[in-house]
Amino acid sequence: MTTFPESVSKSQRSSGINWRSLILPIAVILVVLFCLAPVLWQLLTSVKVNQDISAVPSVYFPRRFTLEHYQQLFARRPFWNYLLNSFFVAAASTLLALGLGAPAAYALARLRLQGERVILAGVLIVTLFPPILLFLGLLRVVQVLSLGDNYLALVLPYAAINLPLTILVMRSFFEQLPRDLEDSAKVDGYNTVGTLLNIVLPLTLPALATTGILAFITAWNEFIFALTFITRESMKTVPVAASQLGGASIFEIPYGPIAAATVLGTLPLVLLVLFFQRQIIQGLTSGAVKG
Amino acid sequence: MTQTDLKPTQAHTTNAPALEVRSLNKTFAPTVVPVKNLNLTVERGEFLTLLGPSGCGKSTVLRMIAGLEHPTKGQVLIDGEDVTRLSPSDRNIAMVFQSYALYPHMTVHDNIASGLKLRRIPKGDIEDRIRDVVDFLGLHELLNRKPGQLSGGQRQRVAVARTLVRRPSVFLLDEPLSNLDALLRENVRAELKQLFESQQAPVVYVTHDQVEAMTLSSKVAVLNEGYLQQLDTPERIYTHPANRFVAGFVGSPQMNFLTLPCDGQSVTLGNRRAPLPTEVRTDAKEITLGIRPEHVRLAREGESPTVEGTVSLVEHLGMHKLYTVQVPGKMPMTVRSLIPLSHTHSDRPIKLVFSGNAIHWFDAETGDRLNQD
Ligand SMILES: Nc1ncnc2c1ncn2[C@@H]1O[C@H](COP(=O)(O)OP(=O)(O)O)[C@@H](O)[C@H]1O
Ligand SMILES: [Mg+2]
Repeated sequence: MTTFPESVSKSQRSSGINWRSLILPIAVILVVLFCLAPVLWQLLTSVKVNQDISAVPSVYFPRRFTLEHYQQLFARRPFWNYLLNSFFVAAASTLLALGLGAPAAYALARLRLQGERVILAGVLIVTLFPPILLFLGLLRVVQVLSLGDNYLALVLPYAAINLPLTILVMRSFFEQLPRDLEDSAKVDGYNTVGTLLNIVLPLTLPALATTGILAFITAWNEFIFALTFITRESMKTVPVAASQLGGASIFEIPYGPIAAATVLGTLPLVLLVLFFQRQIIQGLTSGAVKG
Repeated sequence: MTQTDLKPTQAHTTNAPALEVRSLNKTFAPTVVPVKNLNLTVERGEFLTLLGPSGCGKSTVLRMIAGLEHPTKGQVLIDGEDVTRLSPSDRNIAMVFQSYALYPHMTVHDNIASGLKLRRIPKGDIEDRIRDVVDFLGLHELLNRKPGQLSGGQRQRVAVARTLVRRPSVFLLDEPLSNLDALLRENVRAELKQLFESQQAPVVYVTHDQVEAMTLSSKVAVLNEGYLQQLDTPERIYTHPANRFVAGFVGSPQMNFLTLPCDGQSVTLGNRRAPLPTEVRTDAKEITLGIRPEHVRLAREGESPTVEGTVSLVEHLGMHKLYTVQVPGKMPMTVRSLIPLSHTHSDRPIKLVFSGNAIHWFDAETGDRLNQD
């Protein structure tokens, strides 16, 4: 060992504080603050009284709290309805994307298909288009099939938008799932369906949960399609409903209720992620192959 | 437990071999033909090892026997019955995979039981069989664990247990030791040998490791480029390799091969002429002499050496030293020799003698063995 590192450690000891070990926690706190500051602002706004919301200068940390905005949300609007609509549309489109995407991914990973590369390239290219580019086309489709004010008008496009991601993620998951497992199941006497249900599916649950959550979030937050294809009040989803909250007069912007709607609209997603995080961390595949 | 407990349930009344493979061929693509016309028979109680370099088609053969791969041509017969068209589960075979392929989401107990449950064996019987095997392999503490909580060696034992409870007609093992570290591998190898010696059903074992093949097997099938090179006992494979490939693949350090000018009766080795054994007949201008490094020894005082040369490399192997000797001459040669540790080498040329009865003669072009003993 040279003397140089020693002298560094000596100077550290003399100063009493190990600055290096502080850098990481500080950096983490800063990054978290940076990311969550807008969320925090919304959260605080949703529980401020109206006076504090419109006060100049801004009240950053309120002393008075109220649940009035939340109560208004449910009293003046069918907010439960919006939540249910969002949940139904997001869940249905997610299940559809997983139900179509997972088998497709499995086929792409396991069968030696002829045009496999072409198919994958096609799937990848689809993801490059911003959904907004498809908007006019989809509008026409919805008109022709008269799907307006029908949940299908949202479920189908959401599922389609999430399908490429589902296929790509699930395919790479299936690729690293050892083929020996399925062969072993065959030798044991499982038929194809039995193998898929009893061996492949349980091992695939973490990956399904991950891609499912991503698909669910995308569908839950989607705005433009939901705004255009659904006009009936009772069928609206949370993002659309939140944006259309009106004040008592046209001059009043209802910051409080909007913030409350935002918080309520995000809460299910947070719960969902927290719930599935455990499943994902379990890491079921570990131990399938060598140690 | 008694050994009879693990015997196959089926009574063998036929005289047909336990496993027979007839002119087996697997063509994945016109240029990928890992198995070309393979014939094998395995009798009850035999331990057959398929030995060959990586990618030579060993696993493909095993998977065709298992029914996981359909042969392009040929047949697989188990106990005299043609099973070529049957699915893996209808063949009464059990297989240990290279990766063990334990189901990660099931406990060890359920892993072992799964094959029996699917065959609708009564629950009581299943538990009896599992108890026998678990006693036999000492797996009691592991029964309720998941594979992820086991060490490599334990996983390997569970994979073996899973095949034993099945009491199959044929055991198939695909490189079951390749995922273990060297020391453990040696122990498990000995254990496997004892274990399968007590079994009636034959074992087909795939490996690229010649030591495993030599120590475990009652018969070794050496494969290369899709063809069977030799099917023989481990001793014969070592002492009478059927061709140059087998001679070079089996044995470590590798056999010396010297290509020598030849006139049908005698060969020129360095500056000497030596007569060919009478049974070696060849019209070719050249012939390949093969001799293992352990059969090349130092010339004694006053003995006339077979070759003379300078040592270019010394490798310590523990029990011996391996000398690489450059032999000058019209056709310079390299000869490797195992030398006792006590010998100290200097820069002077050393004199080497080839033990006469350990010389193998091979056709220089086809590589076929020319002498019979
Ligand atoms: N399903 C398959 N499709 C195409 N080629 C294959 C397939 N399985 C194996 N092969 C090829 O067959 C050859 C032999 O493979 P394998 O039997 O696994 O060799 P080994 O077990 O002796 O190492 C290899 O060249 C491999 O690439
Ligand atoms: Mg292999």
